Amino acid sequence: MNDKKKLVMIGNGMAGVRAIEEILKANPDMFDITIFGAERYPNYNRIMLSPVLAGDTTVEDIILNEEQWYTDNHITLHLGKRIKEIQRGYKQVIAEDGTKAKYDNLIIATGSNPFIIPIPGHDKEGVMAFRDIDDCDAMVEAAKKYKKAAVIGGGLLGLEAAKGLLNLGMEATVIHDQATLMNMQLDSIAGDMLRADLEKQGMLFKTSTLTTEVLGEKRVTGLKFKDGSNLDCDLLIMAVGIRPNMALAKDCGLFCNRGIVVNDYMQTVTDSSIYTVGECAEHRGIAYGLVAPLFEQAKVLAHMITGQGLKAYEGSVVSTKLKISGVDVFSAGDFMGTPGVDMIELMDKVGGVYKKIILEDDKIKGLVMFGDTADGPTFFQWMQDGKDVSEQRSTMLFSASGLGDSGHSGIDLAAEMADDTVVCGCNGVTKKDVVDSIVKGGLTTRKEITACTKAAGSCGGCAGLVDQLLASTLGTAFVESEHDPICACTDLNHEQVKEQIKTKKLTLVREIMSVLGWKGEGCQVCRPAINYYIGMMWPEDSQDDRSSRIANEKMHANIQKDGTFSVIPRIYGGETTPDELMKIATVAKKYNVPTVKITGGQRIDLLGVKKEDLAPMWKDLGMNCGYAYGKALRTVKTCVGSNWCRFGTQDSTSLGIHLEKELDRIWFPAKVKLAVSGCPRNCAEATIKDVGIVGVEGGWEISTGGNGGVHVVATELLCIVHTTQEVEEITKAYLQHYRETGRHNERSAPWQKRVGLESIKAIVVDDLNNRKALVARLHLYVAQQDTDPWAERVADAEKGYQQFSEYKQIVIPIEVELS
Amino acid sequence: MSNWIKVCQLDEIPPAQARTVKAGDVMIAVFRLTGDRVKAVENRCPHKHGPLAEGIISGDDILCPLHNWRIHLEDGQVAAPDKGCVKTYPTKIENGVVFLDF
Ligand code: SRM
Ligand SMILES: Cc1cc2nc3c(=O)[nH]c(=O)nc-3n(C[C@H](O)[C@H](O)[C@H](O)COP(=O)(O)OP(=O)(O)OC[C@H]3O[C@@H](n4cnc5c(N)ncnc54)[C@H](O)[C@@H]3O)c2cc1C
Ligand code: SF4
Ligand code: FES
Repeated sequence: MNDKKKLVMIGNGMAGVRAIEEILKANPDMFDITIFGAERYPNYNRIMLSPVLAGDTTVEDIILNEEQWYTDNHITLHLGKRIKEIQRGYKQVIAEDGTKAKYDNLIIATGSNPFIIPIPGHDKEGVMAFRDIDDCDAMVEAAKKYKKAAVIGGGLLGLEAAKGLLNLGMEATVIHDQATLMNMQLDSIAGDMLRADLEKQGMLFKTSTLTTEVLGEKRVTGLKFKDGSNLDCDLLIMAVGIRPNMALAKDCGLFCNRGIVVNDYMQTVTDSSIYTVGECAEHRGIAYGLVAPLFEQAKVLAHMITGQGLKAYEGSVVSTKLKISGVDVFSAGDFMGTPGVDMIELMDKVGGVYKKIILEDDKIKGLVMFGDTADGPTFFQWMQDGKDVSEQRSTMLFSASGLGDSGHSGIDLAAEMADDTVVCGCNGVTKKDVVDSIVKGGLTTRKEITACTKAAGSCGGCAGLVDQLLASTLGTAFVESEHDPICACTDLNHEQVKEQIKTKKLTLVREIMSVLGWKGEGCQVCRPAINYYIGMMWPEDSQDDRSSRIANEKMHANIQKDGTFSVIPRIYGGETTPDELMKIATVAKKYNVPTVKITGGQRIDLLGVKKEDLAPMWKDLGMNCGYAYGKALRTVKTCVGSNWCRFGTQDSTSLGIHLEKELDRIWFPAKVKLAVSGCPRNCAEATIKDVGIVGVEGGWEISTGGNGGVHVVATELLCIVHTTQEVEEITKAYLQHYRETGRHNERSAPWQKRVGLESIKAIVVDDLNNRKALVARLHLYVAQQDTDPWAERVADAEKGYQQFSEYKQIVIPIEVELS
Repeated sequence: MSNWIKVCQLDEIPPAQARTVKAGDVMIAVFRLTGDRVKAVENRCPHKHGPLAEGIISGDDILCPLHNWRIHLEDGQVAAPDKGCVKTYPTKIENGVVFLDF
């Protein structure tokens, strides 16, 4: 027998299971845990039932804890077993089927029951609530047979249900007893805007109406209202509120009021061995109906029950977001305000944006936002922090993150949010938590971030914000601010290291680290940076350090998620020939390449190549390496231009091909993409490239510093020239200037922003001598890059893999047992 | 009981890089660290099975090439905040020959 305490939980829902997770985190070995759940499913994200109903996601996708999770954590799980009695005297619970379980501690987490208005006819067939997966399934089934749905209740849940039914092809009418939709969260202005938007989506409304009777024989056929009117319907959803599910607690003598009454430690006030968490709990007079406060309660409960001392739950301020796509609503705090209150408002009827902030002593007391809710979480944070906003008040409604970033305010918002701003209100996850998971954890997708931090794991309202953080963090992961050290291995920043490499003429990565007092042997951030700087500054006297190259650049191919590689040969300017295509096809066939894809860069990607096939394939291909893996020239995209196009004013294809050949084999601080269009229609999308060249009558426009990736940046015009020779010279000078002054991993867009277009113009356009000097330095460098990296590897391979023996596997013919 | 098996010459592993060794069904990454020390771990990142042999070596750690998890080659432990560990294999070098213990 073991001497662990027995912990039993009734209710296998969101709050309860979160409490168990918190307990396991605090002390995984303290309890023998048993959970009873009335539903047939393991814990799922109830919040996401609305998107499931609307067809935006599936039931499988909203399961939060698979059954395996319970097994892995040694939890005894009784699914589909409803507890019918708590016997406090025996310290045990009994399920409807007779299963019993003894407890030392009991957690009641039974959630709530949807409220069904007891009007005549409420028990007819076709009248239902929206609370669990079964309800969701029932609605989907009903929608196949019936056409007209009515939803009583114009709150969050009712609107989401109606939207789901609309998506299922039903006609949906929402009946609301108030004039304003979501009147618990919105003022009449926002409520009206919401209504107008939803009407556009096809939703029908009947407001300021009380329903008095459900009509029909066996099944509902219609509704009767107080004003005497009727409405036909064959499905009726009641979404008028919830009632804490406290019957069990009441029956065993626990003190209940609105819900099961708990103290600040989530213990029932009657019996300290019994805890309550979630919607069934009443804390300081409030029973919450949103997950954020429930998750906070779960934390406090775990803290207490695992004996870590007193940590009180002091109640929560909640914010609300509606989960209907295309409709953005955010509300928090006292959004109505008393008459005469200090408030700021912004109303853009045409643009469909409305924002209102209620202030008191320059602190936010409440807010409503409609249409543009990107700043909602920031304001909500300011409200909770009691921040003095007197400095922001004149501009904050335009955007908390400042003006003038039309269309991308979100991205800047994410980047400029304070570290401790809560991104995911449901789970209390801060910006720092998310950013850390990306930077330190190397996470690259929202799904991974959700799994790791729980952000965006509940209502999903912050999914966009998490994406933006992901974007801004990944896009700039290693673009340090002016004085930050390169990484944790050193106190020096990029400029200081470059300076040292130059003045001391350092040519070896390891030498630099020892001379400059590196802590440790360097990492994936600093070593590739140093390796680049050395090669750029001392092209004739240094050798590339392959051990300081990330996998892609070391292998001259892109590593795939399954450890295979991709091969992208150069197809200069995107122009190819039948022979070249046949060669690629033959090689793809010979090596059983699973996927052949036309890339977004006008060339062909052979994906899923085994490491040992790389060199033989390169040999058979006999084409140049496309550098699709490196901080190098990627592609020069071209359009057909004046050779064929009826609008073409310039031969963009030839110029593009020429530039791609000229700039091949050059390492840059980050990848570089060019495009050349034959006329201002710009079919080659030149204005989002590092260098974009657009043919005009009698000349070429050169614009620079564009980026089409994470954070779209349009190029800025550098100059207009007359000849292709000038285009080539200025492009080379620009890129060499970028090579010399850019920081490793800093693309040309942020670089150009940092050093300024005017200074670049002065150096590469206006000062002719300097321009020539830059080009000369680039040529000196290119002269050293005389072999194609693939050809070099192929030659090595033929010499017996001398230097690159790691391409070849060593095979030891024995069986190894994996423990 | 030790079961030392010869793998390759030390010279066949480039300094500060790795080679993959296939032993039965198991892929092993054999790293040559500073000071010609050799470490071996299963070539499979506990995160999403990234091939560790392709990563960058940082001191006695390897950074997985897929998402940069940091794994200590001595004991196979993943550095915080991530969690996990990878199987390690004892190694020795005798007369310039690398041996693994299975
Ligand atoms: C193959 C391709 C997608 C496709 O199937 O079309 C592709 C594939 C990858 N892109 Fe890309 N990008 C491809 C065109 C683009 C484009 C469009 C373009 O070049 O016209 C962009 C936006 C334009 C731009 O860069 O300004 C693009 C923006 C990115 C970014 C974001 C860069 C940024 O500065 O914001 C990354 C991430 C990074 O570099 O850190 C990225 C990273 C990647 C990586 C290398 C991910 C990685 O690090 O392993 C992908 C490699 C897949 C593989 O294993 O083969 N890819 N990527 C395209 C290759 C074009 C080529 O022929 O070389
Ligand atoms: C469609 C919908 C959309 C929502 N949208 C949002 C949103 O956007 N944001 C937000 O914050 N919140 C939202 N909510 C509310 C949120 O889902 C709840 O606040 C949360 O699920 C409550 O957690 P809980 O653990 O207290 O209750 P529940 O998750 O309901 O779990 C209680 C569980 O206990 C079980 N149970 C009850 N009695 C017994 C018994 N006697 N024996 C065994 N098991 C029993 C129940 O079957 C249930 O599975 C939404 C809810 C719904 C239905
Ligand atoms: S190819 Fe580019 S856009 Fe597509 S998944 Fe990879 S990085 Fe993302
Ligand atoms: S697979 Fe190794 S870090 Fe993701």
